[in-house]
Amino acid sequence: MNLTAAELLERQSTGDLSAEAITQSFLARIQQVEPKLRSFLAVDEAGALEQARAIDAKRRRGDAMGILAGVPIAIKDVICVQGQRATAGSKMLEAFVPPYDAHVITRLKEADAILIGKSNCDEFAMGSSTENSAYQTTRNPWDLERTPGGSSGGSAAAVAASEAPLALGTDTGGSIRQPAGLCGIVGLKPSYGRVSRFGLIAYGSSLDQCGPFAHDVRDSALLLEVIAGHDSRDSTSVDRPVPQYAKVVESPVQALVIGVPREFFNQPGAQATGGLDAEVERSVRDALKVYESLGATIKEISLPHSPYSVAVYYLVATAEASSNLARYDGVHFGHRAKEFAGLIDMMKKSRGEGFGAEVKRRIMLGTYALSSGYIDAYYLKALKVRRLIRQDFDRAFAECDVIVGPTSPTAAFKIGEKTGDPLAMYLSDIYTISANLAGICGISIPCGLTKTGLPIGLQILGAPFTEEKLLRIARMYERETDWHKRRPAV
Amino acid sequence: MTTHRIIIGLEVHVQLLTKTKLFCGCSTQFGLPPNSATCPICCGLPGTLPVMNREAFHLALKAATALNCKIASFTKWDRKNYYYPDLPKNYQISQYDLPFSSEGWLEIELPSGPKKVGIIRAHLEEDAGKMLHDEHAGKSDSLVDLNRTGTPLLEIVSKPAIDTPEEAKAYLEELRLLLREIGVSDCEMQEGSLRCDANINIHVPQADGTFIATPIIEIKNLNSFRGVERALKYEAERQANELRRSLDAGAWVVDSSRAKAFRDYAVIQVLTQRGSEVAKATAGWDERTGRTEIQRRKEEASDYRYFPEPDLVPVKVDAAILDKVRTELGELPAAQKARLQSQYGIPAYDAGILSRQGRAFVAYFEAVVKTCGDAKEACNWTINDLLSTLNERQLDINVCPLSPQGLGELIVEIKSTGLNKQRAREVYTAMLDGLTAKQAIDKLGFKVVGDEAQLLELVRRAIAANPKAVADFKKGKLKAADAIKGFVMRETKGMANTEVVQRLVMEELNRG
Repeated sequence: MNLTAAELLERQSTGDLSAEAITQSFLARIQQVEPKLRSFLAVDEAGALEQARAIDAKRRRGDAMGILAGVPIAIKDVICVQGQRATAGSKMLEAFVPPYDAHVITRLKEADAILIGKSNCDEFAMGSSTENSAYQTTRNPWDLERTPGGSSGGSAAAVAASEAPLALGTDTGGSIRQPAGLCGIVGLKPSYGRVSRFGLIAYGSSLDQCGPFAHDVRDSALLLEVIAGHDSRDSTSVDRPVPQYAKVVESPVQALVIGVPREFFNQPGAQATGGLDAEVERSVRDALKVYESLGATIKEISLPHSPYSVAVYYLVATAEASSNLARYDGVHFGHRAKEFAGLIDMMKKSRGEGFGAEVKRRIMLGTYALSSGYIDAYYLKALKVRRLIRQDFDRAFAECDVIVGPTSPTAAFKIGEKTGDPLAMYLSDIYTISANLAGICGISIPCGLTKTGLPIGLQILGAPFTEEKLLRIARMYERETDWHKRRPAV
Repeated sequence: MTTHRIIIGLEVHVQLLTKTKLFCGCSTQFGLPPNSATCPICCGLPGTLPVMNREAFHLALKAATALNCKIASFTKWDRKNYYYPDLPKNYQISQYDLPFSSEGWLEIELPSGPKKVGIIRAHLEEDAGKMLHDEHAGKSDSLVDLNRTGTPLLEIVSKPAIDTPEEAKAYLEELRLLLREIGVSDCEMQEGSLRCDANINIHVPQADGTFIATPIIEIKNLNSFRGVERALKYEAERQANELRRSLDAGAWVVDSSRAKAFRDYAVIQVLTQRGSEVAKATAGWDERTGRTEIQRRKEEASDYRYFPEPDLVPVKVDAAILDKVRTELGELPAAQKARLQSQYGIPAYDAGILSRQGRAFVAYFEAVVKTCGDAKEACNWTINDLLSTLNERQLDINVCPLSPQGLGELIVEIKSTGLNKQRAREVYTAMLDGLTAKQAIDKLGFKVVGDEAQLLELVRRAIAANPKAVADFKKGKLKAADAIKGFVMRETKGMANTEVVQRLVMEELNRG
């Protein structure tokens, strides 16, 4: 079933398809491809079918239907669903069953979406390839030898391979946009505060945002509309009205000015930060030509502090993570070592056994960055540069509507290719990371395929709380091209 | 003993009188079954987020304003990171470099007069849970009760400006009175809603005019104000002895070139033989043995890795909020005391007693004055008789069996009839059972003898019957007149108008 959410909604309203039939079809697809892909950590077959039947009954009764009635959705395993295990891809939370729904889950249930399963991710969302999951390695549906990106690789692969028409991911440094780009689908990171973080297992609290994966911009708009909005349980969620994204997405932006940051591209004599692949660059430049043909003005801009974004990110995110993950010590919850001598030994062994290598690396980095004697040089300095990065964007958005560039420097890389070199792995988020530091919104849409048939992502960044404009501009390109209609042959 | 100076600073934690916790909706009620007042948020479950209790912040603002603190227009939350099983998140949400208030003072009453004790800062934070160690029957289980986890605490840090253990106690009493009066905390040390850690060291004078400072000791496990005072007294002596012994033994040394200014004199820290400052330490107070026990030396300061709490937004405080807080505060004890003195002409000591009983008591006193018009008598009756009645019967002023109007009428009655104090107390006691002053006097059958002719005759008889007293009086022993008065009182069964008797006795004796 290759249909989009919008098409599934349409087919149900005309009576061509029932929610149950849709769900069964996706469950069958999961059964078919899952042995190859390993996108899901858990598939809730019985629960999904039960929800589907309830939705069909509701429709038969003539009740008002939710915005996503009967549309299956995959949920990244860092998001809490009441009564379902939430492992965050970690051994540490192997037995954690949250007694509450995340805010986004409450919204999905109210919208009558069908929660089909929990998707794989890097442990505690730390990673760019989903290889840091303690449970399994997810494959890229376009090439099973390659990673789907990460950390929301399970969600991206599930949508790309049509195991689900929609998925939720979280993006702390690019964890939605990068896998969306590498899997040839649309992934959107909302502005910080647009979507409640209540019920998201925290990684970097000042950076984390939950957002949609979909085949196209319209579906992304639909899903964003459902999950966005104020939640009194998250003090950082912002109380601003939520536009009807799906309704406005078709209207193009007039007198569009696109900013193209010099730093994101190769210059004569200077490689782009992060080493931009030539094929990726060509596709992005082609995309800019499409916008030009639609009457947009392309303007070169500068984000002078963007080269520091990876360094800043790995101080801020890890500092917050070192504190957020302190609670997993085997005392109240989390994995507890079987044998230990006293309290401190129990905490040490439990953490030693429960966390994987990358999580430990980041906890150590963050602990160090906050330690007395180092905090000024690392964490506090990073906060200052973070402010400069935000100011770069503020200045840029004063002269352009959006900023366009590549989502990731390369197309999907091979499984195992970067696991031995954490720095190389970190650099695959070079273009996405600054958006989280600045709190702005960003989207990745498919804009091409490499000669070997791997998807290329185009990233569009917008000022805080301009998701409406961002989606409209993304849709302008999508209407002119058919990259979003390509499906991998898995 | 040397005349060392004592330097004390107090860190007080008070639990705010909110219905719910600082960052979730759980109850703060004391004494609930273990772990019944908990939820995913205060248990720190993955995915949960804190949301600030506005009432807690408001109460904290009231307290800080009453403590004359500067209120920050912008304040933020920080995480204090440390691993402990009573802290489920392994970090405490507190305030680090931008507390909501700082630089205040609390005025306390000392025998030498009033003193303003400086306050460095007051900030809000969440409480931790309670560890229970079950070691009976060979078990070694440790249990945690998380009911208290997340309860709002106000930490009030005084300057090291408290000079004696008695002063420390007075500071705590004044603080408790203030916080209770403004409804911020009930300050029950037994229930843990007021906790106190005391930092103390001593400065010992040298021949050259400088002072040697002992290492600062932080005393914990203080369970009563009396305990604070005793612990500080003990610790000051202990430090003096330790200093003398250690200097004599050469374990500690003094490098006079390393003097630092403190207030208006120079202070030298004691050093180890290796030349580093002797480490600070914490000590536990043992109420039973009356001793402080050094628990651990702080070789290096703990690294709490404070950083801004990303799950909460900073709080802005504007002038309108502060105005509201000031209005709500009403009259604070110090101002009230001053007003009672000036408005009613009562001594500072009495005004202090009245003020310390709280606003309701002061209101009672003022209502008595309104009825009887005699502030001095109203004050005597309320702070002597009424207060003992309330204490004996363990009653709150709000449920006092005698209305202030009743007590006022009694005073009026006494003044008009000249009823003596002893009889008046009997009337007062009868009034506690619900009678009015007149009813009580009737019931007791008291009929004051006020007829001058009748009393004059009695006085003359008394003088005739007591020649010795008369002779003594003539020699200048004015007290001897009491025997004459006593005779008259006995003859009238205590019902003679004391003022008239007094006057007549004096007239007759002086006449010769």
